[in-house]
Amino acid sequence: MYRIMKYVMLDILKNKILLFYTLLLAVLSWSVFSLEDNATKGLLTLLNMVLLTVPLIAVIFSAIYVYNCGEFIELLVSQPIKRTKIYISIFTGLSISLLLAFLAGAGIPILIFSFNLSGLHLIMAGIFSTLVFTALAFLSASLTRDKAKGLGIAILTWLFFALLFDGIILFLVFQFAEYPIEKMMIGISVLSPIDLSRILVLLELDVSAMMGYTGAIFKEFFGTITGRIFTILLLLLWTIVPFLIALLRFRKKDL
Amino acid sequence: MKYKLIVCSFFLLGFSATAPGRQLLTGPFKQYHSIKQALSKSQAGDTVLVFTGTYKEGNIIIDKPIYFKGTGNPVIDGELKYEVLSVKSPNVIIEGFTIRNSGHGSLDDPGGIKVYASNNVIIQNNKIENNFFGIYIQYSKHCLIRNNFIISNATDEQLIGNGIHCWKSDSLQITSNEIQGHRDGIYFEFVTNSDIFMNHSKNNIRYGLHFMFSNNDSYVLNTFTGNGAGVAVMFTKNVKMFHNVFEQNWGDAAYGLLLKEISDSQIAGNTFISNTSGIYMEGTNRIMVTKNSFHQNGWGMRIQASCMDNIITKNNFTGNTFDITTNGSLVLNNFDGNYWDKYEGYDLNKDKKGDVPYHPISLFSVIVEMNPPAMLLYRSIIVSLLDKSEKLIPSLTPDLFRDNTPLMRAIEL
Repeated sequence: MYRIMKYVMLDILKNKILLFYTLLLAVLSWSVFSLEDNATKGLLTLLNMVLLTVPLIAVIFSAIYVYNCGEFIELLVSQPIKRTKIYISIFTGLSISLLLAFLAGAGIPILIFSFNLSGLHLIMAGIFSTLVFTALAFLSASLTRDKAKGLGIAILTWLFFALLFDGIILFLVFQFAEYPIEKMMIGISVLSPIDLSRILVLLELDVSAMMGYTGAIFKEFFGTITGRIFTILLLLLWTIVPFLIALLRFRKKDL
Repeated sequence: MKYKLIVCSFFLLGFSATAPGRQLLTGPFKQYHSIKQALSKSQAGDTVLVFTGTYKEGNIIIDKPIYFKGTGNPVIDGELKYEVLSVKSPNVIIEGFTIRNSGHGSLDDPGGIKVYASNNVIIQNNKIENNFFGIYIQYSKHCLIRNNFIISNATDEQLIGNGIHCWKSDSLQITSNEIQGHRDGIYFEFVTNSDIFMNHSKNNIRYGLHFMFSNNDSYVLNTFTGNGAGVAVMFTKNVKMFHNVFEQNWGDAAYGLLLKEISDSQIAGNTFISNTSGIYMEGTNRIMVTKNSFHQNGWGMRIQASCMDNIITKNNFTGNTFDITTNGSLVLNNFDGNYWDKYEGYDLNKDKKGDVPYHPISLFSVIVEMNPPAMLLYRSIIVSLLDKSEKLIPSLTPDLFRDNTPLMRAIEL
């Protein structure tokens, strides 16, 4: 298992695209921090990057990788290794290398320029964005054999969570403006991993935004230790559940 | 001229109270054992000198112009039953006491020190602890309240009075006091021509400073920290607010500075840091807001559509979640020439003013104003996209609400 993981990692770390991704993150973060006069503003700009770029790269790169190593998987399956082990090691190898890229590219500048709770939360949000969208890429790859289709599904998932979902929430807020929907909003925001990461960082970072009655309710829920643990657990669920579904499908799949 | 008069009057007062009179020593081992005894024997112009000790004598009434001085920090205790000191004579100086535990009661408003229709009273260097009202002044002129430390540990708005409460008075000076834990730190109602200078009002339950129907006053160099609802100035004209600091006024209905029905006033050189709303304006007319710094507030300013002819210029807006919001589309105020850290324009002719107008109201702030739960979407990508497109082609936000000459660099304050 570790050998497969090691092989996958080495394979990916040699990949030029991943190198480019690391460089992109590094250039963005360093320039953001050196251009902005205060670190909080830098963090806010980076937050947008973490919520937009990191999931996009994670989901596309992973989906392509899973399809590309189809032959490699077939080869492994012919060996006396359990399918579960193969799949888990590929997932772990892939996500570890993506995480390494993120930590090297964005993590180091964040730690250097803003070593505090908000910085750490931002790094955590980046880590979860990577994990969740890698898992979602596995899920979309397991849904169809067609690479184009699978990639399409992966990109659509990203588009849905990054843009459409918030649009729907905005729409709902206006439709149900007459009702006390604050608590419902918390329930709905749980349905999107990107929103969860955003709220996780925001409550730490930009408390001034969360104001008024609504803010109080959100803070009461997400701001407490319990709420925070709950958020992290949910994000973990967002990683595990899609991957488990993909794994179950892979186990029964006729290769 | 006004200052000179006041200063002169204090000098005269000081001489009249100390120089010619006798000294009546009060203390456990002195000539008089109780304050009341000493007071009854005193004449106008005497000094009643009180030495260290705790005096529980019920309600003490000063009805002669005397110098009432504590030395070695004597304590006068109202045993939570009585009004501690009542001043019913002009030209009284009260200095150097710890005055504590006045009675409570909303019918007669007992205070630590209460001044009844007496002019030229000086209250200075006292520690005023755990009273219903700290210092209460009514129908008085030319009083000076200086260097007092007023503290209480109230938890409920209904069960406590104000730190310094001034009612129907004129030409007061409230200087260098520190007020904590009362209902309102400083309360002014029908008080005119007065100055509030260098006070620190913090952690009061309601307002740090509460101002009603009080014209021609100024407050300068005060700090208001962490009060339940910040500072409120209402139904007043000609107020000067200079170089104050409004900070950490957080909460659902908390404001750095709440202005309601104010006209012809000036707000200059103040600092608003970390308030839910820096300034909230309602029915406010002809106010000049200049050279203030709005930093890290939820809303820099909230200007209701009922405000008109206000000029907001040469201010710095930095790090606020929303710089400005309003609740209507009518724009009757002027916002030219401020510095906004969110401004993204350019300056081709290098006159240090941006060439494109800045629209301080973002679409999202309008959405949140209409629909507070939408706050959940703050900083989400769709909201940034909407904001960007709205900046290019304003459709929902009032187009006229703009700064035509936004500054490229922050003003040095």
